[in-house]
Amino acid sequence: MVRYLAILGTFARACLVRDMTFRANFLLECLTSLGWMSMNLAFYLLVFTFTSEIGKGTGWTREPFFAFVATGLIINSIVQALFMPSAEELTEMVRTGGLDAVLVKPLDAQFLLSLHRVDFSAFANGIVGVGLLFWAVSRFDTPPPLVAWIIYPALMLCGVAILYALVIMLASATIHMGRNQSLYDFWFYITNFSRYPAEIYVGPWGGPLRSVCTFVIPILLVVNVPAGVLVRPLTGDAWWPVAGVVTAAAASLVVSRLVFQWSLARYRSASS
Amino acid sequence: MNSAIDPPSRARRPFAVLRVWWKMLAISIEERLVYRGDFALGTLMRFLPIVTQVFLWTAVFSATSRPDISGYSRNDIVAYYLLTMIARAFSSMPGLAGGISRSIRDGSIKKFLVQPVDYIAFLLATRVAHKLVYYIVAVIPFAAVFWVCRDFFPPVPDASTIAAFTLSLVLSFLLGFFMEATLGMLGFWFMEVSSIVFGYMLVQYLLSGHMFPIDMLAGIGTGIPGISLADVVTWLPFQFTAYFPAAVWLGKVQGAELTKLLVVEVAWVVVMVVACRFVWARGTRRYSAFGG
Repeated sequence: MVRYLAILGTFARACLVRDMTFRANFLLECLTSLGWMSMNLAFYLLVFTFTSEIGKGTGWTREPFFAFVATGLIINSIVQALFMPSAEELTEMVRTGGLDAVLVKPLDAQFLLSLHRVDFSAFANGIVGVGLLFWAVSRFDTPPPLVAWIIYPALMLCGVAILYALVIMLASATIHMGRNQSLYDFWFYITNFSRYPAEIYVGPWGGPLRSVCTFVIPILLVVNVPAGVLVRPLTGDAWWPVAGVVTAAAASLVVSRLVFQWSLARYRSASS
Repeated sequence: MNSAIDPPSRARRPFAVLRVWWKMLAISIEERLVYRGDFALGTLMRFLPIVTQVFLWTAVFSATSRPDISGYSRNDIVAYYLLTMIARAFSSMPGLAGGISRSIRDGSIKKFLVQPVDYIAFLLATRVAHKLVYYIVAVIPFAAVFWVCRDFFPPVPDASTIAAFTLSLVLSFLLGFFMEATLGMLGFWFMEVSSIVFGYMLVQYLLSGHMFPIDMLAGIGTGIPGISLADVVTWLPFQFTAYFPAAVWLGKVQGAELTKLLVVEVAWVVVMVVACRFVWARGTRRYSAFGG
């Protein structure tokens, strides 16, 4: 474990050195990332000029909703920074045969393939997310209790674990497909469901969709549960989603590990 | 002398240009169909963001007493997003600008400088092929989604509106192509244009009506009395790549306004064709390649 942490530190340091070598590019990447985020925030502000709440009686008024958005920004920035660059590289490694070099190294292949590249510019959104979170929470009518602040980071880590598992499973699909340029698109589209409160998914189509995105691909738990503990009282039934996201995170990690190993067993080298 | 390196004699032959175009188209279609699984997956996934938008706006309407927002009922908004999908299927050019700048950077563009093939025409043929394959793959999911959502749509408009809608789609394809191709050719001056392209995509996404109908900006001022943000956006080219075709079908733009905006769109296409040709001419003049 200590050895792996040391290697992770080395990877991160190497990526930071590389990013700082091209400082202008790093700053530009931060700015473009912040640009996308600002555009989405502008859209949400526009929506709130037409309504005071997202969904009647859901409680997702402006400030709670922005706390939700901030939570999503923090979680997604961690995933984008730590896991996505490596997963994207895997898709090309399979096609070009570069994966062979990874498999012969005396390290766990999943660790190496999912963490060897860190994109520090992706943390920019997370930093803004933290600011947005404190701005939104400071405007709540009832501030979150201490216990909510204690479990909030742990629940965000569960959200990160669920998304990591999804990234790994999507990247594993590359091994079967030969090429998966849609990985990033697929990721964007599937995580799109987690960008809004689960309460908006109602009706004959929304109900089943909400169930699938909660129990099959637990994408709706990723942001909803951590944000929920901040905006709602933590009493009685409110603990069920907390237990749910912890269970889902553990199950997702196990399933993704199995899928990755199963996929790797079917890998055929493309190199000469 | 080989006819392949004798452009004047080729030009004299009837249908020679058409044959070149057809060959470029056929090659591109074959290329596109190599990774069918990836392509089909990407096509299917494009519908997912619409789903969240539909639920979001349904939730917004459920929490407000307004019958409409900026002239759009809940059904109109659902129909609008679906129609922008069609518009985007014509106007979006994934990878075009990046591909051009890459070929400038790695030197592969030099073959177009010595071969009797017009690079912009080649790119256009490639893109037409890409779109054709995309439509073949996408027609079934598109038809299924539109059939499921048919109750959200107003009655089918008259023939002249459908003709204007079709024209706006074709023009949006040309506009999208020449805007992105021009951006990609900035690679003659900048080694890396990805940041410029990203900035363009940002502005395009926000101002094209992809995120929301541009009419919703009517209440947002620009600081100039009597001129809203929507008024400014109307004169920019971006709205023609998503908002305009959808608004035409939904009857949000009619009569003289429709004619005026079609003329504006044609003008933007001409401007971008000229800009693209100009940038290509200037860029190739300063371009230098070394090595084999």
